[in-house]
Amino acid sequence: MQNAEIKTKENMEEIHPLENLLRMDRIPHIWCPGCGIGLAVSAFAAAMEKANVDLSKVAIVSGIGCTGRVAGYVKLDSFHTTHGRPIAFATGIKLGNPDMKVVVFSGDGDLISIGGNHFIHAARRNVDMLVICVNNFIYAMTGGQVAPTTPLGAYATTSPFGCVETPFNIPYIADSSGAVYVARWTALHIRRLTNSMAEALNKRGFKCIEVIAPCAMYYSRINKLGDGLDMMRFYHDNSEVRNGEDTHNLDLAFQTKITVGKFVDRERPTYTDLYKKWLSELKDKNREG
Amino acid sequence: MAELLMGQSKKSLTRDTKSRVSLTGIHQFTGSEACVEGAFASGCRFFSGYPIKPALEIVERFLARAPELDATYVQMEDEISALAALLGAVWTGKKGLTATSGPGFSLMMEHVGLSVMLETPCVIVDVQRAGPSTGIPDAPGQGDMMQARWGSHGDYEIIALSPSSPQEMFDFTVKAFNLSERYRVPVAIMTDEFVAHLKDKVEIPSAEEIGLEPRRYFDGPQGDYLPFKRDEDMVPRMVDIGDNYRFHVTGLTHDDRGYPVMNEECQEYNVHSIVRKIRQYADRIVEFQEVQTDDADVILVTYGAPGRFSAGAIERARQEGIRAGGLKLVTVWPFPEKRVAELAGKVKAFVVPEMNYGQMVLEVQRCSYGDANVVFVPHGEEGVDSVDGWLVAMKRVLQEKDVKVGILEY
Amino acid sequence: MKADSKNVKTGVYCVDGDVASGYGALAAGCRFIAGYPITPSTEAAEAFAQIAPSAGALFIQMEDELASIAAVVGASWAGVKTMTITSGPGYSLMMETIGFGAMVEAPFVLLNIQRAGPSTGVPTKTGQADMMQCRWGSAGDYEIIAISPDSPQEMFDYTIKAFNLSEIYRCPVMIMSDECVGHMTEKVVVPAANEIDLEPRRFYQGPADGYIPFKPDKDLVPKMAKAGDGMRLYVTSQLHDENGYPVNGSNYKRAFTRRLVDKIRLNKHRIIELREEETDDAEVVVISYGITSRVSARGIEKAREKGIKVGSLRLVTVFPFPDERIAALAEKVKAFVVPEINYGQIAYDVERCSAGKANVVVIPHGGSGVHQPKDILDAIEYAAGEDEKIKGIIEQKTLLERKVFQEGYVVRE
Repeated sequence: MQNAEIKTKENMEEIHPLENLLRMDRIPHIWCPGCGIGLAVSAFAAAMEKANVDLSKVAIVSGIGCTGRVAGYVKLDSFHTTHGRPIAFATGIKLGNPDMKVVVFSGDGDLISIGGNHFIHAARRNVDMLVICVNNFIYAMTGGQVAPTTPLGAYATTSPFGCVETPFNIPYIADSSGAVYVARWTALHIRRLTNSMAEALNKRGFKCIEVIAPCAMYYSRINKLGDGLDMMRFYHDNSEVRNGEDTHNLDLAFQTKITVGKFVDRERPTYTDLYKKWLSELKDKNREG
Repeated sequence: MAELLMGQSKKSLTRDTKSRVSLTGIHQFTGSEACVEGAFASGCRFFSGYPIKPALEIVERFLARAPELDATYVQMEDEISALAALLGAVWTGKKGLTATSGPGFSLMMEHVGLSVMLETPCVIVDVQRAGPSTGIPDAPGQGDMMQARWGSHGDYEIIALSPSSPQEMFDFTVKAFNLSERYRVPVAIMTDEFVAHLKDKVEIPSAEEIGLEPRRYFDGPQGDYLPFKRDEDMVPRMVDIGDNYRFHVTGLTHDDRGYPVMNEECQEYNVHSIVRKIRQYADRIVEFQEVQTDDADVILVTYGAPGRFSAGAIERARQEGIRAGGLKLVTVWPFPEKRVAELAGKVKAFVVPEMNYGQMVLEVQRCSYGDANVVFVPHGEEGVDSVDGWLVAMKRVLQEKDVKVGILEY
Repeated sequence: MKADSKNVKTGVYCVDGDVASGYGALAAGCRFIAGYPITPSTEAAEAFAQIAPSAGALFIQMEDELASIAAVVGASWAGVKTMTITSGPGYSLMMETIGFGAMVEAPFVLLNIQRAGPSTGVPTKTGQADMMQCRWGSAGDYEIIAISPDSPQEMFDYTIKAFNLSEIYRCPVMIMSDECVGHMTEKVVVPAANEIDLEPRRFYQGPADGYIPFKPDKDLVPKMAKAGDGMRLYVTSQLHDENGYPVNGSNYKRAFTRRLVDKIRLNKHRIIELREEETDDAEVVVISYGITSRVSARGIEKAREKGIKVGSLRLVTVFPFPDERIAALAEKVKAFVVPEINYGQIAYDVERCSAGKANVVVIPHGGSGVHQPKDILDAIEYAAGEDEKIKGIIEQKTLLERKVFQEGYVVRE
C-alpha cells in the first residue's frame, strides 16, 4: 500500500487505505445524502492508488459548484478557483511545470456552461490534463437551476414549466474538439470508472471522463424521480455499456437509455510536445542564423 | 492566431535579437519592449495573454525572446483564461506577466479578485486606450485608473504604477515584480498607448545592479505548512506545486489552513489581512517624483503620458513668472495621501491634467482637505493634449482669491 | 404612463427582497431577463421565471454572466425593457459589457445582491463591498446611477424606479442591494397597476432618413430607435459620432465623448434621492445606505436617548454621489459617521466632499454580517466628543474586529 504510514502495535488504528488521499480533517464533507459526487471521489482516490502515481506530482483544480468542492477534500496540491475557469488555471499549472500531472474535477455547469469555451480550447490544444466532469443535470449548489445538460422537458427552478432546451452531449463535444480519451460512466459503475480514471491518469493529452451522478436534493426531487438510490437503480436498469460507440450517438434525454463506456482512446501530440519542438527548432535555427 | 504570431516572431528573432539573456547596455526601445526586458530582468519566464491593441508589441517582444530564455508564452482563448492560466503558472514557481488594454482589463476583474484572495504575485500591464468600451483602440487614454483600484468586487488593495517613459517602463516593471513578490499581491502597470509606442533611450544595468525581491517561500516540512499563516507583516508564505506540500487554497473565505470557514470572525480576519497588509505599509510602497515644490504656488500633478511633459511645462511656467512645481506619481495606488495633504497646506492650487474625464483628480481633491484649489484639465483631443491648456489653468487658478468648493475646470 | 395590469400582481405579500425585485421588474414593464444563477440572487431570477410566461415576458438562463449581460444589451436595442441579476463574482464578469452598454447608451437595469467577498468569499452572507465597483468597474469614462434599497418593499418600488431612470437617461442603473435585504422576508404591498407610474422608452418618432442616432436632446440624451424599425441604424462599441460611425484622429470631437458623462453629471439634481432626518441642528450626521441604514437607525435612536444631536443622511441613490449636499452639511456639523459593510468605499467620497471641514469617522466591517447598533453608537459618541479637526479617515473598530484581534484568531479545529 503505497504512501500508507507504518503503524506499530501500540498506535494501531483503523485507517482506511485511501485516507491518505483525503483531507480527513475536513471530513464529514458537505454533500447531501444521496449525492453521487462522493462516489466519483472514491473512484478517483482508488484510481490514483491503482495508477501508482506520485502524489506529490499531481495537482487538482476545481471550479465552483457542488463538484467544485472536491479539490477541498483531496489531499493533493489543490485549488478551488473561479466559476468556469479551472481548465484555464490548470493550463497555467501545466505550462508552468510540465512535469505535473493535472486533474480538473468539476461539475457540468462549471465545465461546459460558463467554462465551455475553455473546455473546447484545451481539448483542441490537447493540453495534457484529465478532466472529470460530474454531470448531475442541474446547478445544485445554487439551488437547482437548469443547466445546459438538463434534458428536454425536465424541471428546474429556472425552467419551472419544463426545460425548453436540448442538452449538450459532453463526450461528443470532447471528441469533436480533439480530446484523446473520452469516456462516460455513471456513479454506479464504480469499478469501470476507477479503471477509466487510472488508465487516463497514465495517458498523455486531454482526457475527459463524464460521470453521471444523482442529485437527490434537487434534480431527482424536483422531477419526482425519488432519491439517490432510486437514481442508482435507474442507472442500473437503463444504462448500457457500449465501448467504442460513436460519440454522435450519446445524446441524453429525460429518463431514457444512458450509453456508457470508453469511446475515444487515441494518440495526438500534446501542446507541450509541440511547444518544446517549436522551441528547439527555433533555437537550432537561431544558432545557425 | 498563435501560429501567425509564431511565424512573425521567427522572422524578427533571426533578424533582430541577440542571443543574450541580459541585455545590459544602452538601447533605443519602445515602452513595450522596455517593459518586456524589465520583466525578463526580474526573472519573469511566463506570459499568458490575449491579443488586444495596443498591447500587441509586448506580446511580440516576449515571444521573440522566449526561446533563448526558455520562457513560456501561451495565447489563451480570452483574457479571463489568460489571467487564470497566469495564476496557475505562478503557483508552479514562475514569475508571470500578462498585458492587455481596457476591455481585456475589464474581463480580468474576477481573477484579479482571485489573485488577491489566493495572494498570488503577478504583474498585469494595462496599456490604456481611449474608452469606454472598444473606444479608439489605437489612441491613448487614462480611463482605467479608478478601475485598477476598484474594478473587482469585494474589499481589496492593489498596487499600481504609472510609467511615463520607456526607461520607466523598464524600471517600474522590475519594481512591479518586486512589489508583487514582497506583498503577494497583483501589481498593475497602468501605462497607455503613447508611452507603450514611444521610442526612447533605455539604459539596462548589469544583472548584479538590479535588486530582486525573492519569493516568500516556506521551507519547513510538509505537515507544518499552513498556506495563510501570516508573518509579522501580515504576508503569508508560499510553496510551489509539486514540492509535496499537498496544500489547498480556495477563493472562499478561509483560515490559516486554507480551508473554507463560513463565519463572521473568519470573514473579518480574512478581509482585514488582505486589506491591511497593503494599507499598513502604504508609506513603504508609495513613491513619487517632485520638481521644484519647495517654493511653489501651484503644483502640476501628473502620471503616465502627461508626466513626460510636466518638466517642460513647469519650466515654461517658471519662465512666464509662475511659481510652478510638479508632483509626478510613480505609484498611483496606494495614493500618496500624506504628501498631497502636506503640499496642500503650502500651495495655492493643484492642476491635474489627465487623459480622461476626472479620475485621479478626485483623489487629489480628497487629500487636499480644502486647503488648496484643485483644477482638472480634461482630455481634449485624440492623443496627448498640448500643455498650453495646463498653463492657462495654472494662470487662471492663481487668480482665485479663496479656495472654492469642488473641482474647478476652466 | 401607467403600468399594464397583466404585469402587476396586485396584492399584499410576505416575500423576500429578491422575489420583490422580480415582481417589481415585471410591473415596470420588463419583458426580458437574462441571468445566471449565483447565490444570493437566484431567488429573483426564479421568481421572474415563474411569473413571466403568463405576462408574455421571457426569462432565459444564459451560459454565464457575460452572455447574460450581452443578451440584455441586445434586448435593449431590440426595444424592450430588460434586466439582469447577479452578485459579486458575476458582477465582475459583466464589467466589459457594462462599459459597452454605457457606450451605446442602452437602457438596462442590473440587480446586484452583494455578498461577502473578495473573490468567492462567503456566498450566502451579506456585504456592501461592490459599491465603488459599480461606479468604476469598467474601463474608460462613463457614469451610472446606483440605488440602494433597504427593505423588500423598497426592492419592489425601486426596481420600478430603476427602470424609469434607465429609460430617461439611457444609462445602466445598478440596484446595489445585499444578501440581507435580498433574503429578508417582509410585507410587500404591490399596488394596483394604475397607481404605478412608468417612464416609456423615448422612441424617435420622425422619418427614417432624418434619424441621427446619437444626436442629443436638450437633456443631453438622444432619442432611441430599435432594431427592426427600418432606421438601418449602426451601433458600435467604438468611440462614435452622432451618426454612430466610429471616429478617430481628425474628426475626434471632445464634445461628443464628454456628453456621455455630462448627461448624468449635469442632471444630478434630478436623479439624486436622499432621506434626511434631523440634520438641521445636528452635531454628528450618520451617512449610510442599504441594510446599514436600518442598523444605523437603531444606533442613532440610542445616541439621541443619550442627548447627542445626531442626524441621519440616508443615500437612496448612492451614485451620482451627492457632493454638494455633503459639502454643505460639512460646513455645519462636527463629524460624519460612515458605517459600511466593507473596509471603506463611499467613505472616501464623503471624505472628499467634506474638504477638511468635518471629521469623517468610518466603521469598517468585513462582511458576512451587519454592524451592531452599539458599533454605531460608539462611533457617534466618539465623533460628538472629538473637538479636534482631524485630517483623514478616522477608523472605529467594530466589536467584532476587536474580538477577533484582541482575543486573537486561531485556526478553527
